Amino acid sequence: MTLDTPRALLRTMDSMNATTDEWKAATRRLAAGEARLVDLWGDDGAVCLALAEPDIRVLRLACPEGGFPSLGAVCAPAIRLERSLADLHGLRPEGARDGRPWLDHGRWEIEAPLGRAEARAAPQPPYEFRTAEGQALHQIPVGPVHAGIIEPGHFRFHASGETIVRLEERFGFTHKGVEGLMRGASIEAGARLVGRISGDSTVAYAFAYARAVEAALGVEPPARAVWLRALMAEIERISNHLGDFGAICNDAAFALMHAHTGVWRERTLRAAEAAFGHRLMMDAIVPGGVAVDLSAQAPLRAHVAALRPALKRLTELYDNTASLIDRTVGAGTLSRELVDLWGAGGYIGRASGRDFDARRDHAYAPYDRLSFKIPVREKGDVDARVWLRILEIEQSLGLVEQLLDGLPEGPLRSEIAPARGEGFALVEGFRGDVFVHVRIGADGRLASVRPRDPSWPQWPLLEAAIEGNIVADFPLCNKSFNGSYSGVDL
Amino acid sequence: MRRTLLEGLKTPLTESAALLDDAELVALAAEVNEGSRTRLGRGLSIRVVDAGSCNGCELEINALSGAYYDLERFGLKFVASPRHADVLLVTGPVTRNMREALERTYAATPAPKWVVAAGACARDGHVFKGSYAVVGGVGEVVPVDLYIPGCPPSPRTLLKGLVALMRGP
Repeated sequence: MTLDTPRALLRTMDSMNATTDEWKAATRRLAAGEARLVDLWGDDGAVCLALAEPDIRVLRLACPEGGFPSLGAVCAPAIRLERSLADLHGLRPEGARDGRPWLDHGRWEIEAPLGRAEARAAPQPPYEFRTAEGQALHQIPVGPVHAGIIEPGHFRFHASGETIVRLEERFGFTHKGVEGLMRGASIEAGARLVGRISGDSTVAYAFAYARAVEAALGVEPPARAVWLRALMAEIERISNHLGDFGAICNDAAFALMHAHTGVWRERTLRAAEAAFGHRLMMDAIVPGGVAVDLSAQAPLRAHVAALRPALKRLTELYDNTASLIDRTVGAGTLSRELVDLWGAGGYIGRASGRDFDARRDHAYAPYDRLSFKIPVREKGDVDARVWLRILEIEQSLGLVEQLLDGLPEGPLRSEIAPARGEGFALVEGFRGDVFVHVRIGADGRLASVRPRDPSWPQWPLLEAAIEGNIVADFPLCNKSFNGSYSGVDL
Repeated sequence: MRRTLLEGLKTPLTESAALLDDAELVALAAEVNEGSRTRLGRGLSIRVVDAGSCNGCELEINALSGAYYDLERFGLKFVASPRHADVLLVTGPVTRNMREALERTYAATPAPKWVVAAGACARDGHVFKGSYAVVGGVGEVVPVDLYIPGCPPSPRTLLKGLVALMRGP
């Protein structure tokens, strides 16, 4: 921090305590599409709403009577968020359209664990799935334990022959109580926990958390740390996109691509380990800076130089394999209207024409000083989502080179002096924008941490995209979304 | 496509099997539960169950099927159903919401069967220990024959653990 920067300017403003009228006004703006819902969560007897207009602000509505006017009633993307906070905090969304529980499966010993936290009064009634009516429909229940090596979740299909009429997701199986564990934890313990919300996005989460804590405390990390964070974030993006590219093709029975991208993903992870000491770069970003320095530039440069022509070859292979394209083009089409309405980010939003990327649209250091393009496609099918991965890897390779070229010298960490404060940050992870809001108490410990995964608006859109597709194309469509289960279950 | 196919016939990328002859494998073999010290023969079918992980362990388990680790050369393979499995490879702290699914998957696995708990969470819950939503380590729910450490365990360590289980002490 330079001496002439007033400390207050570096801090995020404390969330605004809203009146019910102000809350309703914000609700109307969301319903009219004048603002985008970023997150909705509970915190110590209040509901908090983060909305982007396009700058993000946080409203906080105290709920002394235990209820608040439902946002989900007029803004569909809020429904699952509202059901979750009702389960966790016991706060009632009044006028809600869907009163079913979401995270609470009736298995915890207590109800409203972050609210009144009382012993469960009565067993929970069986979950009622949505139905579909018509001749000769059948149901296919899948999960929570899946055939592949993936996370647990339940998918309930209604199908007419091979055609999917309705898909409904039932999640919450990996709910670990992250927000509860954050309460009262030290800032350091919070960093370790936030890095384990969604393992494939450990860098993005740690990056967002660190920036949120720094905003709350008015700390500026050293320049070298900021550049190293972005370097890690781009390596994480490349490795995940490589994995997805191959895995999508594999779900269209084209194993050759999977084998090749698997090799390049492994080489990327090895390069990450050589550079930062951990294959996924867990715990490398900490509030105040970074915990590890880059060991050497040469292996990363060599990796980028080798991956670029290899990606070109694999892209040609994808584009010239008719049997593969036949599966991906036109499958799982998601409309522009829906991604706009839900504010879905990442490759899912951009493959359907929503030109949004937090690195540019909520620019943060060092991306404000780097040159990169945001690839966008319009068709919104599996093919478009494959292309987004390919084009984004290309951009990230360029970013890695720029970051290595311009990497400043200097210290790795600034001093953190825990104090009361509140802050948030938005970081573009490989899957989309990760939002983290942090409130630090007067004792310097975490009063609340709210991490919002980009998958929140993406998962419900899978239900829409799959409608009218055949059951056999579900794995393909699902992999092209690659939503996080643990990230939304928390 | 032909060029890319032929690429695969060049020098293999596979890690030397000698990676298994080291102290880490011996240590893991010594960890294998006394009760399961029956020779498992030359092949193992493995069913992976995510009992609540952050997905980090799954990423590294998936890497085992790739060209570098190629676990099938050791007689190890992943199967899609517990009914085809000898081994359940379980990750994550067991969440309360996944407890029954894990118990039922274990019950659906024909005996003789073994359970390998992979990763720090599967041992004792790790950073999620003490949460209202978490039961704890895998051993709280089903009997565990071997723990493989790491957060997440690297593919090399996973491979050593699985081979250690198969070879026995």
